Amino acid sequence: MFSSLDKQLLNDFQQDIPLSATPYQDIAESLGVTEDAILTAFKELQDQKFITRIGSVIAPNLIGVSALIAMSVPKNQLQHIATVINQYPEVNHNYERDNRFNLWFVLVANDSESLQAVMKDMEYQTGCKMLYLPLLEDYFINLGFEIDFND
Amino acid sequence: MDDLDRQIISATQAGLPLTPQPYQAVAKELGISTELLVQRIKLMQQQKVIRRIGVVPNHYRLGYSFNGMTVWNIVDEKIDELGKQVGELDFVSHCYHRPRHKPEWNYNLFAMVHSKTEQGVKQQIQIITEILGQYNLGQDVLYSTRILKKTGLRIGEKRV
Repeated sequence: MFSSLDKQLLNDFQQDIPLSATPYQDIAESLGVTEDAILTAFKELQDQKFITRIGSVIAPNLIGVSALIAMSVPKNQLQHIATVINQYPEVNHNYERDNRFNLWFVLVANDSESLQAVMKDMEYQTGCKMLYLPLLEDYFINLGFEIDFND
Repeated sequence: MDDLDRQIISATQAGLPLTPQPYQAVAKELGISTELLVQRIKLMQQQKVIRRIGVVPNHYRLGYSFNGMTVWNIVDEKIDELGKQVGELDFVSHCYHRPRHKPEWNYNLFAMVHSKTEQGVKQQIQIITEILGQYNLGQDVLYSTRILKKTGLRIGEKRV
C-alpha cells in the first residue's frame, strides 16, 4: 500500500524538514530520488490524509492559555450539549469518551480570565459538572512517533 | 515573542506549501525576507517555542484507530520522575501532569497511547503499569468513542 519512499517520508521527517532554500530538494538528495518524486509523494500522502500537514508544532501555553475540560453529561443530552459546546470558538478537539465524564475538550483563550469566563458561561448554558484540568507539567520528550508498517 | 513571531507560527502551523521553495513562499505571504523568516524560526526553535517543523502524520488514518487516554493516580513526590519515564515511551504521544479533583477525579497523570488494536493498548498499559510500580495508586483508560469536533482555533491564530 505504501511505497518505501512513502514510509521514509512518513517516519523519517517528523522532526526536521530542512530550514534551507530548497528543503524538498535536500530530502530528495538524501534519499537519492528527484525533487519531483518527493513533492508528488507528499502531495499524494496529504490528499489521502495520511499526513495532516507538513508544518510547525508549537509548545503549549506559550501563546494564550489552554486547559483540558471534562464534562459529565447525561447520555440522552450528549448530542445536544456537544453541539452547544462546539459552537464556542475556544473549543478544540471535542471527544466523547466512555466514562462518567464523557465529554472531553480543550479550551484555548488569550488569557486565564477569558478562559474562566467561557467555562462559567458553559456551566450556565449546560448545567453540567465540569472538571478544570490545566497542564501542570508537560513530560514531553522529542522523539516523534514511529509508524509500524508491518501488519 | 512579537507579532511577527505569532504570524510566523500561524503561517507555518497551517502547513508549508509543496513548492520547491516553501520558506520563500511563506516569507512572501508575510511580506518579509526569507532570511528574516529563517532567522526567526531558528531563534524560536532554540527557545523551544517551535518544537519541530516536520511531517505531522494522521495516526488514525494510518491505522492507529485505538487511542487510549490512560490516567493514573501517582504519589505526588514521584510524579515528575515517573512522568518523564512514561513520556519517553515511543507509543506515548502526550504525557501530562494535571490536577486531581477529589472525590470525582483522582488521577493526576495523563498519557495518550496509540495502537492498531485494543490488545495493543492493553499491552502498552501493562508496560506503563510496570514502570509506575508501587507509586501507582489507581488507573483507568478512556477510549474515545466519537470525535465531536476535530479542530477549532489553533493556538496563535487569535488576534494575530
